[in-house]
Amino acid sequence: MSALAPRGDFPLLAAQPTLCYLDSAATAQKPRAVLDAERAFYETANANPHRGAYAPSAAATDAYAHARRRIARFLGVADADTMLFTRGTTEAMNLLVTGWGRTHVRAGDRIVVTRLEHHANFVPWQQLALAVGAEFAIAELTATQEIDLDDLRAKVTPNTKVIAFGHVSNAVGTINPVAELVAIAHGVGALAVCDGAQGAPHLAVSVDALGVDAYAFSGHKLLGPMGIGGIVVRRSVLERMAPYQFGGDMIEFVGDQATTWHALPHRFEAGTPNAAGAVGLAAACDYLDALGMAQVRVHERALIEAADAALHAVGGVRILGPSESARRSGVVSFMIDGVHPHDAATLLDGAGVCVRAGHHCAQPLMRSLGVAATVRASFYVYSTAEDVARLVAAVRSAQERFAID
Amino acid sequence: MSAPDLDELYQSIILDHYRRPRNFRALPEATGEAAGRNPLCGDELTVWVKVDGDTIDEVTFQGSGCAISRASASLMTAAVKGKTRAEADALFTQVHAMVTGGADAPAPESLGSVRALAGVGRFPMRVKCASLAWHALKAALERPAGAVSTE
Ligand SMILES: Cc1ncc(COP(=O)(O)O)c(C=O)c1O
Repeated sequence: MSALAPRGDFPLLAAQPTLCYLDSAATAQKPRAVLDAERAFYETANANPHRGAYAPSAAATDAYAHARRRIARFLGVADADTMLFTRGTTEAMNLLVTGWGRTHVRAGDRIVVTRLEHHANFVPWQQLALAVGAEFAIAELTATQEIDLDDLRAKVTPNTKVIAFGHVSNAVGTINPVAELVAIAHGVGALAVCDGAQGAPHLAVSVDALGVDAYAFSGHKLLGPMGIGGIVVRRSVLERMAPYQFGGDMIEFVGDQATTWHALPHRFEAGTPNAAGAVGLAAACDYLDALGMAQVRVHERALIEAADAALHAVGGVRILGPSESARRSGVVSFMIDGVHPHDAATLLDGAGVCVRAGHHCAQPLMRSLGVAATVRASFYVYSTAEDVARLVAAVRSAQERFAID
Repeated sequence: MSAPDLDELYQSIILDHYRRPRNFRALPEATGEAAGRNPLCGDELTVWVKVDGDTIDEVTFQGSGCAISRASASLMTAAVKGKTRAEADALFTQVHAMVTGGADAPAPESLGSVRALAGVGRFPMRVKCASLAWHALKAALERPAGAVSTE
């Protein structure tokens, strides 16, 4: 497998030809087109959006609005004004939990999450439950870290107000059955909230077709800049949400004693926005659409199949998550017998192979797995069969170093 | 990271203490105890000490962690057993300087086998693994129980 996207398109990878970057689930490398778009914004359209009557401010306002429409189209969202920009998934979840949760979840209600969740889609809900006196239930997993739907159904009671789940697990790669989860949530009139941080970058996503009530994402994981991302929220839900932050841009009229709010989406975007980041992210959407998201998925599937087969052949390696590539995204999360993940990461780094070792911001999952950490290799459009070969060779040499002599 | 750096980090004495940790048990008659945690990688260990007058009669540990944190704990127990509090303190200071001082930090002969930890100096991401047990020791000597974090 050669790369789906040329390495030369990515300045950092081009400058370090021997670097084997296998941590794209943490953050993706950036194509030159994204960096150029961000720079072009500052060089040709820099002014504060929405605030000036002069030409550059209008250009900045246009660029920002265009970026929103472009990103909404990438995500399969017809109503672009229901896509709010945030710093990323973490801020998106906090926006939702504060703006919707604080006004709609009460004592005695129930919040359901799953054991697969990233802390960003776990801790805000847990804290909301503690603050308002709601019940907090965690759907458990099968032996291959897929959501146990029977357990989930048993925990979704009539007083459940929200089910929060990831589209794809960053820790082990599980692709969740979103349609079924939405049906379970809507069956009791609960909100279906999806953490799409690992879905949007790796699968062809249509938020409208998924039927979720909210879908959060981070631009930096889909080839875009850091500090930009967002959340798509069903319009009827947005209209009943309280503002998250107060200040400039989000107001309609500020009286001495009271204030009225601006229209959507501005009501939820207080302060000067990261317009350059939005423009960069729109360029990332162009780049990914040119590759084709279906192709991105095919490419990553081939890579994890190759990695699984090669690691199994080496032996002494336990791969977590669903074994069928149809149900796993571009993540290979594993344990090497006798080699602690932290030592493995240092040894792999010594071979120029960048992997993540740790709890992957998923401590509730690690606890249920009975491990403190795993080693995680994650792929993207620039990854190749050679990356897989180098990973496997480095794993083998780590095993040799730790072998009993 | 070059292969020689990795060879030094994972030298045989480190691997030996990882596989066969010394004094790896709880100590019911302990006079002091402290838990250490590295939130970054989930390493967790408990250190027990039995101090008689000014002398550390016994020191043991238990827990799970990477090769560096476990070997460091094991080397620590072997090094401080029989020492006075002041000697253990001095050892702590020297080890701390050695592992946090970067690639060219001093590794005095007097440290004995604990010098095997010198290789950590070239791996800033692993300093917390190496220092975890030493911080726990310090806490165990200072107070009867409680948690210590390297954060
Ligand atoms: C599944 C998942 N959810 C949430 C996040 C948080 O994203 P961010 O740090 O960009 O806010 C991440 C990545 O860190 C993730 O992988």
